[in-house]
Formats: sequence, C-alpha cells, structure tokens
Amino acid sequence: MTKYLLKRLFAGVLLVLGASAILFFAGELLPGDFASRMLGSQATPEAVEALRQSRGLDQPALTRYLMWLGGLLQGDLGVSLTNGREIGPLIATRLSNTLTLAGLAALVAVPFAVGLGTLAAMYRNTWFDRLVLMLSMVTVATPEFFFAYLAIAFFAVQLHLLPSISIVTSDMSFADKVPLLILPVLTLVVTTSAHMIRLTRASLISVMDSEYAGTAMLKGLPQWKIVLRHLLPNAMSPIAAVVVLNLADLIVGLIIVEAIFAYPGMGQLMVDSVSKQDVTVVQACGLIFAVTYIVLNMIADLLAILLNPRLRYKS
Amino acid sequence: MTNNLLRVRDLCIDAPASKGPIRIAQGIDFDLHRGEVLALIGESGAGKSTIGIATLGAGRGGAYIAQGSILLEGEDIMAKGAARLRSIRGLRVAYVAQSAASAFNPAHRLIDQVTETIISRGIMDRPAARSRAIELFRKLGLPSPETFGEKFPHQASGGQLQRAMTAMAICAGPELIVFDEPTTALDVTTQIEVLLSIRQAIRDEGMAAIYISHDLALVAQIADQIMVLRHGQIVETGPTRDIIERPQQDYTRRLIAVQSVALPTRSSQPVMLEISGINASYGRVPVLHNINLSVAKGRTLALVGESGSGKSTLGKVVAGLLPPDSGRVTLVDRPLSSSLSGRSRQDLRDIQLVHQNPDLALNPRRSVGDSIGQAVTMFRGLTNKDCSREVAHLLEQVNLDPALATRLPHALSGGQKQRVCIARALAANPRLIICDEVTSALDPLVAEGVQNLLRQLQEDEGVSYLFITHDFGAVRAMADEVAVMRQGSVIAYGPTGQVLNAPQDPYTQKLISSVPELRVGWLDDIVAARTAPQNARTEKMT
Repeated sequence: MTKYLLKRLFAGVLLVLGASAILFFAGELLPGDFASRMLGSQATPEAVEALRQSRGLDQPALTRYLMWLGGLLQGDLGVSLTNGREIGPLIATRLSNTLTLAGLAALVAVPFAVGLGTLAAMYRNTWFDRLVLMLSMVTVATPEFFFAYLAIAFFAVQLHLLPSISIVTSDMSFADKVPLLILPVLTLVVTTSAHMIRLTRASLISVMDSEYAGTAMLKGLPQWKIVLRHLLPNAMSPIAAVVVLNLADLIVGLIIVEAIFAYPGMGQLMVDSVSKQDVTVVQACGLIFAVTYIVLNMIADLLAILLNPRLRYKS
Repeated sequence: MTNNLLRVRDLCIDAPASKGPIRIAQGIDFDLHRGEVLALIGESGAGKSTIGIATLGAGRGGAYIAQGSILLEGEDIMAKGAARLRSIRGLRVAYVAQSAASAFNPAHRLIDQVTETIISRGIMDRPAARSRAIELFRKLGLPSPETFGEKFPHQASGGQLQRAMTAMAICAGPELIVFDEPTTALDVTTQIEVLLSIRQAIRDEGMAAIYISHDLALVAQIADQIMVLRHGQIVETGPTRDIIERPQQDYTRRLIAVQSVALPTRSSQPVMLEISGINASYGRVPVLHNINLSVAKGRTLALVGESGSGKSTLGKVVAGLLPPDSGRVTLVDRPLSSSLSGRSRQDLRDIQLVHQNPDLALNPRRSVGDSIGQAVTMFRGLTNKDCSREVAHLLEQVNLDPALATRLPHALSGGQKQRVCIARALAANPRLIICDEVTSALDPLVAEGVQNLLRQLQEDEGVSYLFITHDFGAVRAMADEVAVMRQGSVIAYGPTGQVLNAPQDPYTQKLISSVPELRVGWLDDIVAARTAPQNARTEKMT
C-alpha cells in the first residue's frame, strides 16, 4: 500500500508540474500586453519598454518559467505585473475568504446531500424519492448564475431579507459576515448537491440488493441500523469519491458565484486580473486551483483505500 | 409444552410479476420437532429456499405469504406485525446462506458480525459475546479460533466462511436454523468437513434445522425427514430412509436414479488433440506444471480437481486464450499457435468452448437465433435463408424447438440456455469442444439431460470433448479417460474406471471418498473410518 501511495504522490507532483507549465506558457500566448494597457494609448514606446523591463519581461520565457518554479518552491508566488506588489499576501486574504465560503458550503452540502440521498434510497420509488430525483435533475440543469440571480431576486429584491452583494472585509467579525454569506452558500449548496444526492442514492441501492443486506434483515435488525451499519460503509467508497470531487468542483466553481455576489475571493481576483492582463496573478491563482484539485483527487483515492478493507488488509 | 417446534399449514407464497402475482409455493404442510432436521430437496425453482426463508417471515424479490400459517411454538409469526417478526429473526430462527462469501458484509470483521445479534438485542455484553463466538469457532473447527474472528470476510476461505456463518446463526442459540444450500459452493473435500461441523453443532445445541439442498446424497447424511419439492408443491415427504430406499413417487425415483449412470467402455480411437509439456502462468504466478494429455477422436477426456487446481486454465491454454510459457498443443497433426491471433480460421473453427454459466455466455440483447446464426455465418459463410435453416437444424439437434430462435436468452430456462450454447459451438462443426463445468450450474435432472445430449452428439458427429468438471457423477457418465489435477499438475491419468475405482494416489482416494454416496449412514462410516486408525494407534501405544 505504501508503494501505491508513493506512486500516487509522485503522479500528483508530476501533475502539478504539468499544470504549472501549461499555466505559464498559456499565459505567454495571451494576446495584448499589460504595460501598454496600464499606461494607456498616450504612453511612449520607451515607457512601455521600461515598465516591461522592470517586471523582468525582457528575459526569455523559459528562463522566467524556471525562475517562477524556483520561487514557488520557496513559497514565493512572484510579483503582480500591474502594481509590482508581492502576490503572496495579496492572495492570502482572498484565499482565506474563498476557503471560508467553500468550507461553509461543503459543511452544509455534504451532510445534506448524503442524508437526502440515503432517505431517497430508503424510500425508493415513493413520491419522496421521485421528488428528490426530479429536483436534483432540475438543479443539475440550472446554471449557477441563473440560480444566483433567482435567489437575489427573491430574497434580496422581493423580500429584503438578505443583501444582494457580499463584500466582506477583514475587520468584520464572523457574525457580521454570516448574513452576507447565506445567499452565496445557498447557491453553491443547491448547485453542488445534486450529483452527491444521486450518487449516494445509486450506490446505496446497488448494495441494498446484496446478499449481506439480506443477511442483516434476517438477523432481525431494524431498517435504520441495516442502512447505517451494513449498507453505508459499503457504499461509502464511491460516495466519498464523488463528494471529494464535488468539493474540488466547488472551489473552482466559486469563480462565477464570487463574481455575481462581488465576494472578494480568489475567483474574483482571478477575473479582475484577467481583465487587467495581470498574467502573473492569473497564473498564481490558476496554480492554486490546480493544486487544490489535484490534492482533493488524491484524497479521494486515499479514501477509497481506507474505506475498503479488501485494499487495507491483504488476504 | 409439546415437542413440536414449527407447524406449517397450507402455506402458499406469491411473488409479484408483471401480469399480477404468481404462486411460487402452494399447499405446504409440515411439522418440525425440536432436535430434528428436515431436508427440503428439489430442482431450482422448486420453492425450497422460498419456503425456508418464509419460516423467518421473509421473502426474496417481494415474495409474500398469501395464505396459510407458520406457527412457531403455537404462535403465528406473521400475526403480530413487523416488530414482533424482527424479534424472532436471528434470535429464535436463524439463517445460513448458500454463499457465505457474499452473505457476510465485506466492511466488518467476522467476529463483529457473528456477535451482532446477541449484542444488539442486549442478551450478552461484548466480552461475553466474543468469548461465546470464539467457543463456537473452536467447536466448528476453525483455525486459531481466538484470532479467527479478527479477519475480514475476504481473508477467509469459502469453507471457513461457511462455518463462520453457521457460528453466526448458532450464536444467539436459536430454536431453528435454516441452512440454505450451505455446502453447494464448496469443493467435495471441504464440503464433507463443513457438513460434519454443521451436523455436530446441530446435535450439540439440540436445535431444529431445515436443510435445503439439491443433493439427495448429501441430505441423506444429515436429515431425519426429507421433503421432495417440485414446482412449489410437495412431491412426497417422509423419513430419510424411506425416501431413499422406498421412494413412492416417480419424480423421486428419477432423482435417485440420476446418481448412478456410467458410460460403457468404448473402443480406442486415434489421437485428436495432444497436449505436451505445457507450463503456464498468470503474470509471474505459475499455475500449470508440465501437463501431458491427449484426447482421442470421438472420445471424452475429463479433467477433475478442486477449484484452483488449474483445470479451467488448461482449457484456456487449449482454446488459445492463455498462451503457455512452454509446451505444445497439437490438433491431429498440425501444431496450434499458442496465441489466439496466431491461429487460422480453421484452427478456431475446430476448437469450440462452452462455458459453465450460460447466462454470462449469451448476449442478453441478442436473440437465440442471432447468437447461433453469427457463428454459422462466420464459420460456414451461410447467410439469410440458408443461415436460418441451419440455425433451426442446430436447435433441433440439441432438442430445442426451432421456434425458440426468436426468443431472447432471459426467456429460456437454464438448461435451454446451455443447449443454445452447445448449439452455437456445434455451428462451427468443431472437432473438439471444451466443456468447462457445463452442467455445474444445472439441476441434477437437467444436467443429466445435457449430458445425454452431449453423448448423443458425440455418437452422431464424432466430436471429442475436453470435459472440465468437479462432479464425479458427471465424469462416470461422460468420460472415457480422466485426469485428476491438483495444484497445477496432473496426479492421476488413465481410463475412467481404473482411476475412479482403484485410485492409486492418496489425494485421488481422498477426493473420491469425499463424494457423498446415496445411502443413509455414509457419513457415519467416514467418521468411523477416520477414527479407526487413530484408535488402533492408541491401542498399540498402550
């Protein structure tokens, strides 16, 4: 098993490296130039060139890539092209905001989805089950932005219950932030739960017909105990995998929700930087997203092993 | 309180179907006394398991009790609702499934599953329950009983799991245990040990048991009463000795007769297939060691051995599915390429394979005619009308109605499906058919029919068989020669009568002596024969 883990870890490192290369060279290919954009159409070519030089852009791409990688290894994300400031501290507050939002959404969505999926499986083919399936279908088909605007129109505009924009600042207490977070979290929960609900239901149903479920029933165990003790542990591996993948999707999918609610997170930072052609910041954000995705995928693989005694203990 | 534990009267069980419920068991009456074993016997679909599970108030696939009563100590188990029924299950009536390997939960340790009932009902605390389980493991002859329970199901063998499942059923000290084909999935040598353990445990604990099986010889060793079932109805019922020695019904007589058919000795024929010096492995694990065998034209060579002995692997090597590391397969005079891609169309045509499980071997979305027709078109180039005519002819050859050609496999019975597979193999006009456990998944009477068919086809077409099986009855009925395999080597090889009636090596002797004989008291004789040498030894010592 250790061998497998090491292999997986090595593959993860390779993937991150690959992602960094793609991010960097894709950034190179982008048309336009931050300097001429920043200095405006009145700028002299000399001034543009000086600005470019001051950011080190006169060096060949490969040299800059290797320097970037070297900096990353020391925890240095580089400097913003537009304002020359360190990217690290700039991202730090944004990242913590994003993680707060994603974490809250996950905290609500995972128990909600797994619970609802379990109930749907237990009451298979009843009106409740059908309702859950239908609603999850609808939410899968609804784009995030559509649901977000719907929520704003209803809760903020119609009912005046909640604010429509969620600009949090670092001097706000958590209690102050909560009302601002409700709508974005709600949007994320609704749009990410559907897959988890459907997969929880499907994996539970696939083990419900197993012989050991029959054994448990013939032991005289009550239904809830059969589900909790005998079915969920066996259905957990695929559920955990889809949950973790959905969390990865959640973090990456934040970009749209953050933009709609003007929430100062990573996603919004990335969108802003793209419009300013601040390539280094875009690259740093992209890399953080990529690493998150890869790490969460590795966790999914790890969970699959931990949850399966056949993989944990050799026969 | 009377001695009568279970009283079943006019039990009728229905199962839901697309056109309204169908009756799967009808008019079942029986009484079961404490300490008594009742065997339910019959072919699949006879309603054995259905009746067995009904005594726990349960049904598979939505089956339900439509009529009649099941009285446990005079109390109708269905009368007082689900909660009362749950309190009976596991505690007073317990169940042992056919395949313990899939009936145990793969996610929990064995001991936790064995003790679950008594702990969750608050009958014993955890330490007491665990020591009870360990005591049962010891009694059932499981290896290192103190630590055995710490294993997960995948870490134990099939025979061990079947015993652990018995321990799980016994653990709460129920009054009745339903054994649903508990040894069917096991090798003969393992089967006899598990059977002995079960019989001993039933006797020690003084409980009643319902023992479900399709093997009459097996239940003759353990049951006090036998009930023969067919199509959900009782054919006859009575004390074991009466049923075995004086069966009243024709159906029972046929069941008993199946067990004793032998192939007459036939003239020798030139060699059709020669297997020489085959060594093969899966990855780096060697599975076959220096196999040398031959099959004569129009004759049958049986390969027998326990699961994992390499029988099927050898079949794969001959078919070209597994290239061997060394050695040669020769068909008449031409050597065959070791891999499938190296074989000519004619090579492929000459060797056909029929699998154990016809459900998996037939494409469920293709009609019977399509499945056979594809082979006809591929190997003989017949199309359209010619093809359909040939398909009809083949179906007739395997004693099936040509009208079945339009059906999908799921609309056929197991025996019919296996005949379709045989017809598909025949479509190629092969010289050799590899039959890999073709009758193992079938009921005795159906299996007998398929064997008769194979023999008839051999007479008519002169085809040779490589007959892979673990069933010695089938070997006697089918094979001119037999090779006994163990751990990838052939340890006995020769004419069937010679190898089976006068086995030379101890392993073949053990294997053959483990096959249950259809007479009351066979198991007792085995036990006596085992203890006799030990007694003689102790006498010598004193």
